[in-house]
Amino acid sequence: MKSRTLFQKIWDNHVVTQEKGAPVLLYIDAHILHEVTTPQAFANLRKKGLKVRRAGLTFATCDHNVSTIDQHNIRDAISRLQVETLYKNCHDFGIPLYGLDSPYQGIVHVIGPELGITQPGMTIVCGDSHTSTHGAFGNLSFGIGTTEVEYVLATQCLLQNPMKTMKIIIDGKLGKGVSAKDIILTVISKIGTKGGVGYCIEYTGETIKELNMEERMTICNMSIEAGARAGMIAPDDITFNYLKGRKFSPKGKKWDGAVKYWKTLKSDKDAKYDNVIKIDAGKIAPLITWGTDPSTGITTKEKIPNPKYAKSENERKNMERALSYMDLKPGMKLEGFPINYVFIGSCTNARLSDLREASKIIKGRKVKNGVNAWVVPGSRQVKLAAEKEGLDKIFKDAGFDWRWSGCSACIAMNDDKIPAGKYCISTSNRNYEGRQGPGARTFLASPIMAAAAAIEGKIVDVRKYL
Amino acid sequence: MKKFTKIASTCLPIETENIDTDQIVPARFLKITTREGFGKYLFYDWRFDKNGKPKENKYFDYSNNRSIKILVAGNNFGCGSSREHAVWALQDFGFETIISSSFGDIFYNNCLKNALLPVVLKPVELNKLFKILEKNSKTKITIDLIDQEVIVGDNYIFSFPIDNFRKTCLLKGVDELGYIFSHEKNISAFERRHQIFISR
Repeated sequence: MKSRTLFQKIWDNHVVTQEKGAPVLLYIDAHILHEVTTPQAFANLRKKGLKVRRAGLTFATCDHNVSTIDQHNIRDAISRLQVETLYKNCHDFGIPLYGLDSPYQGIVHVIGPELGITQPGMTIVCGDSHTSTHGAFGNLSFGIGTTEVEYVLATQCLLQNPMKTMKIIIDGKLGKGVSAKDIILTVISKIGTKGGVGYCIEYTGETIKELNMEERMTICNMSIEAGARAGMIAPDDITFNYLKGRKFSPKGKKWDGAVKYWKTLKSDKDAKYDNVIKIDAGKIAPLITWGTDPSTGITTKEKIPNPKYAKSENERKNMERALSYMDLKPGMKLEGFPINYVFIGSCTNARLSDLREASKIIKGRKVKNGVNAWVVPGSRQVKLAAEKEGLDKIFKDAGFDWRWSGCSACIAMNDDKIPAGKYCISTSNRNYEGRQGPGARTFLASPIMAAAAAIEGKIVDVRKYL
Repeated sequence: MKKFTKIASTCLPIETENIDTDQIVPARFLKITTREGFGKYLFYDWRFDKNGKPKENKYFDYSNNRSIKILVAGNNFGCGSSREHAVWALQDFGFETIISSSFGDIFYNNCLKNALLPVVLKPVELNKLFKILEKNSKTKITIDLIDQEVIVGDNYIFSFPIDNFRKTCLLKGVDELGYIFSHEKNISAFERRHQIFISR
């Protein structure tokens, strides 16, 4: 049999049928819903008199819109209606819901893995571009629009053309203070924000194999920031150990059968990719973005590039626009640059290990006067586990706000907004203009870089704390 | 779904690259539970200040007139978030076609599902088009889906690619759902042989 990549194996296993001249009819194993991108899909089901085909493979939570301060009391009437609409839709169509009264509520891409819904070999979709996160378990997961949400609800299928495949090999030993966030920011700065368009990226190499599941999720999460709809990492013992005993993980004999199958899920040795990129982990340093797209990561000691030396006229214009929005000058270094807000949260970096690592920097120290610092755990379960370890106390003693779980200031749909003109060091995934609030200025970085900045009130290289 | 065959219109050129869907519709306007009325939020933070007053900007000064059907945008248009609201906002504002040299994958798919035609030109062609529009902003462009052509005045014809199946859907004005349902037997057969390990 022809050698296949991991992507091709999963793809082939989900082809329902393909007619000549039509895309593949692809079966979807799990569908995760949240309040923002689903109401119009359910409205169409009602209008057309359709049912949800596999309510048991559909899971819902509310995350984008919810308050992180007074979670049970959404003050904004339109936000509340959106959350209540999700509740009603789940009730009417028999879909399991992890709502605001559930101990499993949280960000879609945090609760999927946490509940064991996210497993190797599956196809998973959600009306959210960071669905690529789930690929960390060796599955094909990608974000879809609301019309596709409707199709999956009604048929459990999507019409898809295969993606191209890109292999990113990361070998070598990571330096002290270098995290998964720095790996993916390095990848994006290398291939650019559209380098991955049309691709599914498979991350591989010795460095990736040594990462824990939460670190792997951080990497796959930001595949979309390189333009790739999906990212994936072949499953291994680290993956299986993570999944064992979780709510929706297979049990008993079924577990053994599943693991036997999951072990076959790796690219064949001579499988062909459309593109291969190599990165030396030893050369990766803690990064922070200076611009308004996630490909602008530099070290704190590097100079912000000068648009004069841009490779093209278009790139020059992009850089000038970003510099003007961020109110930064070419040639400046970010080291020592003052910040006003610190946001530790989002589907990229708000899992237990992220909070643990950040807390080690914070412990026994204080947030700099005048800096607003928030920790927003990715889910209720993350919050509970962190509190059990006393992490909440470390953060609160230092002067951080300890919040309820949700997307929060990553997308700024709720009250968690960064004011216009203010600078925020954020562990989230997007530094677009206005992403954290109209006029807000975002520096993307790892949780430990954000923690160090909170203490000093300015951007610093976290390695001086290690 | 609406049919799409051919349109002719003047264009709104926005040469900025990497316009993400957060620019097209800021997230704070995504709370509405219907598809209608997103046009007023299109490029909101480009068009309005924090008090909701129109602000000076390069692109929307002259036109809150919604008769322009074609948006010509810089490379990698619609990257970022999956929000289909971006497509609904562009359509509600009056756009029927977006021309760029590449699109965010999810945005591109969302366009096709709503009969907002995404046209991919080669980078040199897109640059040429921007130059033509800079010289004469009243230039009328015809988009012909049947022949897959962008016809610029009397001088230029650029061809563009599109998946044949999706092209047929657009020309006939049918969505994909009917097609998927026509494979009900195949889906049921697949479900009988396919194993999913989610357990309760």
